Amino acid sequence: MLKSILAILLCLCSTLAGAQVQEYVLKNGLKLLVKEDHRAPVVVSQVWYKVGSSYEYDGITGISHALEHMMFKGTRKHGEGEFSRIISENGGNENAFTGDDYTAYFQTMEKSRLPISFELEADRMRNLTLPEVEFAKEIEVVMEERRLRTEDNPNAFMREIATATAFQTSPYRQPVIGWMADLKSMQVEQLRDWYRQWYAPNNATVVVVGDIQADEVHALAKKYFGPLKKEVIVPPSFRPEVQQQGLKRVVVKRPAEVPQLYMAWKVPGLISVRGENAEVEAWEPYALEVLSGILSGGSSARFESRLVRGQQVATSASSGYQLTGRLDGLFTVGATPAQDRTVAELETAIRQQVDELRENEVSIDELQRIKAQVVSSEVYERDSAFFQGMVLGTFETVGLGWQLADEYVDRIQQITAAQVLTVAQKYLVDDRATVALLEPLPMDEAATQGPTTKGDQNAE
Amino acid sequence: MLNRLLLLLLLVPVNALTAPAIQTWQTASGISVYFVETNQLPMLDIQMVFDAGSVRDPQDKRGLSLLANSLLDQAADGMDADQISFEFERLGAEFGAQSGYDSASVSLRSLADDARLQPALENLHRVITHPDFIEADLDRQRNQLLVALQRNQQSPSDIAGEKFLAAIYQGHPYAYLNEGTAETLAVIERADLVRFHTEFYTASNVMITIVGDTDRAGAEAIAEMITRDLPEGNRPGPVTEVKPLTAAATISIPHPSSQVHILVGQPGMRYGDPDYFPLYVGNQILGSGGLVSRLFEEVREKRGLSYSASSYFAPRRDSGPFLASIQTREDQAAEGLAVLQKTISDFVEQGPTDAELVAVKKNITGGFPLRIDSNKKISGYLSVIGFYGLPLDYLDRFNDRVTAVTVEQIKDAFSRRLDTDKFVTVMVGPVAPSATGPGN
Repeated sequence: MLKSILAILLCLCSTLAGAQVQEYVLKNGLKLLVKEDHRAPVVVSQVWYKVGSSYEYDGITGISHALEHMMFKGTRKHGEGEFSRIISENGGNENAFTGDDYTAYFQTMEKSRLPISFELEADRMRNLTLPEVEFAKEIEVVMEERRLRTEDNPNAFMREIATATAFQTSPYRQPVIGWMADLKSMQVEQLRDWYRQWYAPNNATVVVVGDIQADEVHALAKKYFGPLKKEVIVPPSFRPEVQQQGLKRVVVKRPAEVPQLYMAWKVPGLISVRGENAEVEAWEPYALEVLSGILSGGSSARFESRLVRGQQVATSASSGYQLTGRLDGLFTVGATPAQDRTVAELETAIRQQVDELRENEVSIDELQRIKAQVVSSEVYERDSAFFQGMVLGTFETVGLGWQLADEYVDRIQQITAAQVLTVAQKYLVDDRATVALLEPLPMDEAATQGPTTKGDQNAE
Repeated sequence: MLNRLLLLLLLVPVNALTAPAIQTWQTASGISVYFVETNQLPMLDIQMVFDAGSVRDPQDKRGLSLLANSLLDQAADGMDADQISFEFERLGAEFGAQSGYDSASVSLRSLADDARLQPALENLHRVITHPDFIEADLDRQRNQLLVALQRNQQSPSDIAGEKFLAAIYQGHPYAYLNEGTAETLAVIERADLVRFHTEFYTASNVMITIVGDTDRAGAEAIAEMITRDLPEGNRPGPVTEVKPLTAAATISIPHPSSQVHILVGQPGMRYGDPDYFPLYVGNQILGSGGLVSRLFEEVREKRGLSYSASSYFAPRRDSGPFLASIQTREDQAAEGLAVLQKTISDFVEQGPTDAELVAVKKNITGGFPLRIDSNKKISGYLSVIGFYGLPLDYLDRFNDRVTAVTVEQIKDAFSRRLDTDKFVTVMVGPVAPSATGPGN
């Protein structure tokens, strides 16, 4: 569920000095990527599986994420909870996250403990027990997670509907956590099938970043992951998004205090530059990345400068672009109207900004600002070994190849104002757009009169 | 196989885990500087931490400290927000302004070469020393805070947090949000911002941290440069003390959510607290050990009641909150609350087991290198050590002090410091409105 964080992290800042990455492939198909970083005696180990919500279909949405939860519930060798107890006793930080296109597990530990992480991860790659009784409890936890993150969060609830509206046939319409009805009907047998189908060395990438020697990590990987058996992996059937036939609008009514606007255009990602899709030029995704930077890549960017400060029509506005998906994704804008301004005014103001991008080239100053930010970010992000692993794992797992991450800075540097104009004209058009709006319903009568306040919720 | 592995590890002495070498000195105007040199990456992190958090807000003008801090980069020395932000961003520099209860700070992350660093430092100096506080910027920022406060009211978690602080701090500055309230924001004027800045953004009232790719001479020059012409000012006086709770209180706030957010707790501990290590280590066992803790085990693993189940002490200059929380659907709220309460009171009464303490010590000491594995994290420790006056060898002695904690010390500290009979309990969600005790 780190999906949204990842989107932010990968925006304008994903790059690596790829020369230092060592790639190994074990005989059973497991891919190992090692990046030495000797700044601190620490190692980050991540296991990425090619499976996520975009691999799912109607009736079983959320199963990848539910399985992620169950991966902590024991194997034949290590019983329920033992994985986390062993990592904890070794001073490790650990967790896992599921996205549209991947499920990943990670530990950060003092460097000598890497074999412990490998032993445990290799064990749960093929030997999970998935006990019925544990599943019965854990699916309740997942439903509580859905209530916490989506049902009771009006903006997230609206974005979920907006995404399902924007995509008609693409599996990206499905929420990572799954629809509540699917969670309620989910059976442990379905998870067992899902696990057998996707959790295998030839469907996994192990990424290690830290104060280690690449060849030693390779030897460890062979020792622990090497004996695991391959699986026949049948890639998910490719169901592309149908071509949209006009603007889509959706209104979400929900008890809330503040309205919210969300706009999304269907755009190609890096994935569409590969293969036979000749309609997408290799530079287009990078131009969309720059476009997003023009709108909201800092306090001097257009949204902050013009909408928040200038016109004061928004209290916040930001854009996002999914550069690294397994399938084509969205260019999004999320915004909150300022006090006494309407969502309609806000939409008009954002549309004016989009129109301007389609009509005029961006300035040299703006382009240079973005390029300077990308150069700096390339250094700043090396302050985090975990982040470096995230970039490698994402690029590799969605099918772009980790090497492509290395091109990022150069590609951005080459983008011209004319190219930004071209992608704006080509993609930021109504026939690709979905506009969603959160329309606040009054909060429940009782809820506006708490006992500790006298009628006014804002009072102490 | 793992057992053999663990055995092997026990035989290998844990490598000398050296904490970063902290250099410290005072600028010509007497400002304390904390510096760690790291040369692997050509970048620098600089923070200026002022004793100018919301504890310094006048009672009728809560939100002033946050407004003053957030308006620094909106206009300075004749430049407007567009010009100031472009000046940072064209250099690839990242400026930040952060405002909390005890302190308000500004931060700069920049590449270390002079061509980029020097203009970024000039810009930092500009916003710190010469903010213009334009009336129109104040109005805009105030409106943004009002929308933020309004939005809090659609979040059961935010409502619960706000009610919890109000109830455990009873009128102390920690009882309020940094944003203040609609009423207090309404009466803040430009003159208040100017006065607040003049009084609190001074040489007497700031400390500096520098981490990154420069040497001592370079760091000294940076510190002098960004603080030149900061007025000397005076140290502000003490803040009223946090008082312990005198009676239990339960506050239930109806909200149209599907879950009930349940919070329990009381004022906790301060930085430099004599009970700091027993309370910290004990709470790691009780509720803060990531995926391994008593609360996680009882609430989530055994019963599947909640996605998150945790407790923490958030130390501040005075007693920051001790807070334990879960969220669960309506029909499980009573059970969730009971399990939460019982898990805490069992721990307070009986303390941890020997095995739990051994395990948690391995967790904390074994994970020590992770605390200081980036410039960002080192920077964070420097500001805490410097601002709260912790000893310079705090990090060097950290593992020893954790190792020295005993079961008896934890039991003793928890029983003295947590008074479960006087806990504040807040429930927000599909509940009947009610309130008992002085939390009203």
